[in-house]
Amino acid sequence: MKLHRFSVSRIVAVMLKEFIQMRRDRLTFAMIIGVPIIQLVLFGYAINTDPKRLPTAAIVADDGPVSRSIIAAMELSGYFAFTGSGDGFTTEAEARAMLARGDVNYVLTIPPDFERKFVRGETPQLLVEADATDPSATANALGAFTQIVTQGVSTVTTGALGGMKPGGAPVDIVLHRLYNPEGITAYNIVPGLLGTILTMTATLMTALALTREIERGTMENLLAMPARPYEIMVGKVVPYIGFGFVQVLVILLAAAVLFDVPMVGPMSVLLSTTTLFVAANVTLGYTFSTLARNQMQAMQMTFFFFLPSMLLSGFMFPFRGMPGWAQAIGEVIPLTHYLRVVRTVMLKGGGFADVAPNVWPIAAFLAGVAAIALFRYRRTLD
Amino acid sequence: MSDAPIIDVHGLTKTFNGRAVVDHVDLEVKRGEIVGFLGPNGSGKTTTIRMICGLLKPDAGDGTCLGLDILKDADRIKLEVGYMTQRFSFYEDLTIRENLDFVARLYELKPRGRIVDETLARLGLANRQGQLAGTLSGGWKQRLALAACVMHQPQLLLLDEPTAGVDPKARREFWDEIHELAAEGLTVLVSTHYMDEAERCHRIVYISYGKVVARGTVPEVIAASGLHTIVVKGGDGAGLVRKLKGLPGIEQIAPFGNDLHVVGTDERALAASVERAIAGTGATAMPDATSLEDVFIRLMDQSTDNFAPAEQRP
Repeated sequence: MKLHRFSVSRIVAVMLKEFIQMRRDRLTFAMIIGVPIIQLVLFGYAINTDPKRLPTAAIVADDGPVSRSIIAAMELSGYFAFTGSGDGFTTEAEARAMLARGDVNYVLTIPPDFERKFVRGETPQLLVEADATDPSATANALGAFTQIVTQGVSTVTTGALGGMKPGGAPVDIVLHRLYNPEGITAYNIVPGLLGTILTMTATLMTALALTREIERGTMENLLAMPARPYEIMVGKVVPYIGFGFVQVLVILLAAAVLFDVPMVGPMSVLLSTTTLFVAANVTLGYTFSTLARNQMQAMQMTFFFFLPSMLLSGFMFPFRGMPGWAQAIGEVIPLTHYLRVVRTVMLKGGGFADVAPNVWPIAAFLAGVAAIALFRYRRTLD
Repeated sequence: MSDAPIIDVHGLTKTFNGRAVVDHVDLEVKRGEIVGFLGPNGSGKTTTIRMICGLLKPDAGDGTCLGLDILKDADRIKLEVGYMTQRFSFYEDLTIRENLDFVARLYELKPRGRIVDETLARLGLANRQGQLAGTLSGGWKQRLALAACVMHQPQLLLLDEPTAGVDPKARREFWDEIHELAAEGLTVLVSTHYMDEAERCHRIVYISYGKVVARGTVPEVIAASGLHTIVVKGGDGAGLVRKLKGLPGIEQIAPFGNDLHVVGTDERALAASVERAIAGTGATAMPDATSLEDVFIRLMDQSTDNFAPAEQRP
C-alpha cells in the first residue's frame, strides 16, 4: 500500500464524518440556528442607544398657547411621551415622586408668568429634569431638546405674535449623522452582530472538534490510522465554514426583513470577505482545540478570546476612542477588521478596493493560527 | 523477508512522571503467530502496544515493526497495522456502516463500497449496518471494532484486551475469527487477562510492572516456573486452608470449587506438608498439572512493585 502525501479521500472521510456527526448532534444544530436569532433579538431590539417615547411629566404653572405648543413639539419629536391624568399635567409633588420611582424619565416645568415673560421677550426659563441614571438613555433626547423648543415656539410666533419672533435659536444644535441620518441603532448593531456572532459560534464549534475526540476516546483510534495533521485540520474546519455561511444567511435575512438594514455595497465583496473571516475563526477554534486538554478548557479559551473581540473591536465602544495600547490589541483581532468591512460594504457601499486594507490582516491572522495548529497538533498520545 | 520477525523491538522504555511504566521490554513476534501479552492491570501492556504502533514515543529502546523503524516510520507502520483499542473508540454517533466508510476512506480503500459490504457480511454486521454504534451491545461493538481494523487487510493486528466485558459465546466466536485470520497469514499480538485466552495463543509473554518476567509456549512457561501442584479433594475446605497455611514448602493455596490447589516449588516438602495436614481429615491428595493461573499468580507475587520510589527498587 502506498502512502500519499496528500489525500483528498482522507479529507473527504473526515469531512463527511463531521457532517454526519453535526447533523446528529441536535444541541449543536440548535445552537447554530438559535444563537444568532437570540443575539439578534437581544442586541437589535433590547440594546438601543437612542431610545424614543420616554415617559415625561409636565408641571405647567402657566397654561397658554406657548407652553402648549412646546409640549406638542416635544410629543411630535418622538422622544417624549407625556403621562399624567386629564390634561396631562401633574402637581410638583406628584411629578417628583414619579421621577424618583422611575415612572417617568423627564419632568418638564413651565413656571408661573411664563407666557407673559415670553410675550414681552424676556426669555423665560423652562426647566427639564431628566432621570440620568442611564445617561445613554437620556442623552439624545436632551441633545435634541433645544431645537425641539425652538421649533415649537416658532409655530406661535408666526401668528399674532409674528412681530416679536426671538432672534434665532439660543443654541445652534446640528444633528448630522452620515449614512444613518435617523440614527437607527440597528443599522449599526446588526452588521456588527454579523461579526460577533460568527466570532463566537464558529470559534466555539471547532474549539470542541479535537477535545471531543479526546474525551470520547476516539482520538486514539484516529491517531492509529493514517491521517495527517493538515488532512484532519482541513477536514474538520471546512464543514464549519459551511455552517458559518448558514449563519451569515440567517443574519443577513434578518437584517433585511426585521431591521430594514440597507445593503448598499456589492454582495460579492461581503460574501467573499465573510468566507475569509469565518475561515479565520474556525481555524482559531481548531487551534484552541489543539492547545486544550478537554472541552472545558477549549470553551474557556474561546470566551477568553471572545471578550476582547467584543470590547476592543469597535463593536461596543468607538474604536478611535480607545487608548493606543487597546487599539494595538484591537488591530490583531479579525473582528475589528471585519466590522470595518461590513460597515463599509453594507452602509457606505464600498467595494473591493475600499475593504482591501482590512482584508489582509484577517488573512494574516488565518495563516498564523493555522501554523500554530499544525505545530501544536499532537501526533501521539504522549 | 518472510522469515524476518514482524515485531522486533529491544529495550523499549516509557517513563511517566519518573516511573518506568515499561522498562526495557524486548519483544519478538514472527509472521503468522498469535502472541498473548499478559500481565496484571497497569503492568504496561497498553503502553507497549502503543509504542509499537507509533501512538507513544519510547523514551529508550528501538526496533522494527513490519521491517519499519518504529521511531521514524510510524506513518507507514499505521498503514499495515490494525490496532484495536482497549476502550471502544469508534464514533458512537455514526452508524456501523458510516464508521466503516470513514475508516475505508482514511485508508483510501477502493472500491470502497464493495470492501465495506464484504466486511459487513464477513463479520455478520450486514443486518445492523444502519444502527448507531453507540446503541450496540459490548459484543457487537467489539465485532465492529475488529471489522474496522482488519478491513484494510493489515499484516499485523494489535488487540488491546479485546474481549473485556464480552460474554463467553462472543469471546469464543471472536477467538475463532482471530485464528481464522492468523491462518491466512495475519500476525496477532493480543493482550488479555483471561487464562483461557492465553491458552489459545501460540506463545505468551508475561509482563509485570513494566518488565517481561516470562515468555514461551504455555507448557514452557509452566515448566519454567518450577511449580508443583497437589490437588486436595474433600474434607473441610476452610479448615484445611488454615492448617496448610505456613507449612514448609507451601507457597500458594487456591480453592477451585470444592478442591484446593496447593502449590510450591519444593516438590518433596510440598508433598510432606500436605500429607501431614490432611491426615485424619478424610481428604485425598493427588499431584496434578500446574495451571497457568497458578503460575501467573506466582509471577505477580514475585515481581517488584514499581509504584515504590525509584531509588528503592533493585
